[in-house]
Amino acid sequence: MDSEWKRFRDSPNSEELTRRSSFPDEVLERVLSLLNSHKDRSSVSLVCKDWYNAERWSRTHVFIGNCYSVSPEIVARRFPNIRSVTLKGKPRFSDFNLVPENWGADIHAWLVVFVVKYPFLEELRLKRMVISDESLEFLSVSFPNFKSLSLLSCDGFSTNGLAAIATHCKNLTELDIQENGIDDRGGSWLSCFPESFTSLEVLNFANLASDVNFDVLERLVSRCKSLRVLKVNQSISLEQLQRLLAHAPQLTELGTGSFSQQLTSHQDEELKTAFSNCKNIHTLSGLWDVKAIYLPTLYPACANLTFLNLSYAALQGGELAKLLVHCPQLRRLWVLDTVEDKGLEAVGLNCPLLEELRVFPIDPYGEEIAHEVTEAGFIAVSNGCRRLHYVLYFCRQMTNAAVETVVRNCPNFTHFRLCIMIPGRPDYTTNEPMDEAFGAVVKTCTKLQRLSVSGLLTDLTFEYIGKYAKNLETLSVAFAGSSDWGMQCVLEGCPKLRKLEIRDCPFGNKALLSGLEKYESMRSLWMSACNLTLNGCRALAREMPRLNVEVMKEDGSDESHADKVYVYRTVAGPRRDAPPSVLTL
Amino acid sequence: MEKALGYGNDLNLKATELRLGLPGTDEVEEQAVSNVRNKRPMPEASMAEECGGNGKSDAEHETAPPAKTQIVGWPPIRSYRKNSFQAKKGEPEGPGIYVKVSMDGAPYLRKIDLKVYQGYPDLLKALENMFKLTIGVYSEREGYKGSEYAPTYEDKDGDWMLVGDVPWEMFTSSCKRLRIMKGSEARGLGCGV
Repeated sequence: MDSEWKRFRDSPNSEELTRRSSFPDEVLERVLSLLNSHKDRSSVSLVCKDWYNAERWSRTHVFIGNCYSVSPEIVARRFPNIRSVTLKGKPRFSDFNLVPENWGADIHAWLVVFVVKYPFLEELRLKRMVISDESLEFLSVSFPNFKSLSLLSCDGFSTNGLAAIATHCKNLTELDIQENGIDDRGGSWLSCFPESFTSLEVLNFANLASDVNFDVLERLVSRCKSLRVLKVNQSISLEQLQRLLAHAPQLTELGTGSFSQQLTSHQDEELKTAFSNCKNIHTLSGLWDVKAIYLPTLYPACANLTFLNLSYAALQGGELAKLLVHCPQLRRLWVLDTVEDKGLEAVGLNCPLLEELRVFPIDPYGEEIAHEVTEAGFIAVSNGCRRLHYVLYFCRQMTNAAVETVVRNCPNFTHFRLCIMIPGRPDYTTNEPMDEAFGAVVKTCTKLQRLSVSGLLTDLTFEYIGKYAKNLETLSVAFAGSSDWGMQCVLEGCPKLRKLEIRDCPFGNKALLSGLEKYESMRSLWMSACNLTLNGCRALAREMPRLNVEVMKEDGSDESHADKVYVYRTVAGPRRDAPPSVLTL
Repeated sequence: MEKALGYGNDLNLKATELRLGLPGTDEVEEQAVSNVRNKRPMPEASMAEECGGNGKSDAEHETAPPAKTQIVGWPPIRSYRKNSFQAKKGEPEGPGIYVKVSMDGAPYLRKIDLKVYQGYPDLLKALENMFKLTIGVYSEREGYKGSEYAPTYEDKDGDWMLVGDVPWEMFTSSCKRLRIMKGSEARGLGCGV
């Protein structure tokens, strides 16, 4: 083995090494190669030098949560045998347009290093990175073993880049293009897969708008016998869906196209038959423009459904109820608030195994509020779904009592993300702040890892968080708090905090600087529209050289005001690709 | 992002500024966001005691959601998700019939799509849910018995009519806006005048 010989050559005294360690290296490496979790591998690498070396040689997948925390050269030096890379770039608030367009996180510098150090790279998974068509083309021609590309919330590329991937990647098994800022120039990229190409296992183009050539798609699906995940876009009709399913009954994850074509009863029957032949579907999504009368065609495929994503399907409560009766195994459900409390009651009644619920607003700006969910729906779900541990809930009204009831019913929350969409809204029945609601969450849910707070909140909420949320890793705060004290409580009290993102809160330099020692143990801190000044940020940067302190200024703001601040730990030093609007202090 | 005045500062100087015009009418929408940030829990609670339940005073109007003012990046929905619904506004079934609904004593109006409801019972139930009240039973003779609220609407001629008198289709095509009246005014309308 090449790697073994290199290691022997590199070690200072190979015999001494063998004598000192408890296992022969071969055994140690073999054992460690079974470890997949990057957190476990991190722990392993800290045991001793031998283990550090064995671990770095055996690692094939590297996860980098902040692309600027490390450089590609450093990664390549430490891990010589990487086949798969996951990289996350921009701060999460870039999803909500809070980060300037040209902020950074371009993948190209990484690809240039990978082509030399990891020529056999097989997999690239990117989130919130910028990738150009040139980079995609470079990727497709430079890595002959390339198999798997996943892009989530990325931007900078067009469908031409996808065409390059389809044309050149002969061994491609996965192409997963989700929710990206893609320049959609048409569906012809799909036609770039050669007729001889048969290795595809995962194809997700659900969020691309343009029509694709259906004949091309049908032929592709029918010759890729290992296809298990297929998520098509809105341009695919029900009739076309039926033909695709007929070719691929082995699918485990399906994203339908539009669900609203006028079907004859014969076509309806055919579609139902096609679904009943799909015995392995455990994940279902899509259902754009859904017409409820066609939902019964799905029922035969729902027996083993564990994840139902209806977040693009505007269903009414009664329609959802009828569908859920057929989904007894459901663990994860995403819906729109068009289902209202009535729909959520049906969830409580029909989904006893539910672990995750996400309710998205169809009308986030509240222009024409005809439908919404309230605290009643939240309680109804918690009554019936005692195993619920992940919730994302968008609403316009909430009460402290309701949240207290919910966590009493479901004390095992690991992820509690409540978004009361009206900033600073109090408990609408008592007009009090929502402090007690989140207090109840952190007191009761000892396993809580992620929390998003909203509504009218004073420092008391943050006192509770600091006092009780000992497992908290991610906290998102907006329009909340009364003074620096609030933020200080969190920084002092939450030992496992890794990501803190704050917007529009009255936290200032004192709060920022109270976390001086904390930030090196965290991945990142984001603060925008708070009370920070450039001087405060400079003080932080001065004291903590291993942090990058970036300040983004807005046009027309006060000279000394630090409008947006992003702080993160790094071993790569200050970055050199920041645009002029981003100051690294 | 505009910086709020008196941010993190206890003196809300703007409130004591001498000027012409009714309090709470100036820059309500743009300031509503910053006022919300300045809000202390104590004043809220005492206002609740004064006004009780839904009957909020004018000053509390400033905490009302600025439905027309959009805050950057709020609510936190990914652009992709937002865009996929905005594109759907022109649906093939035809536009909805959106009417404003006001309720006496409430600080802000709501808007509903009449097309969504199957008939009067459906509509009334929705209004009861939306405003947390009971409307009572309709009778031709006596209007809405059993509650102090009466649903009324302004028709094409500009007249205020009691909801329920005309067939549903005629109502949806002639209704311009809804108003939930309270108290003696409401009872007056029901008395077959």
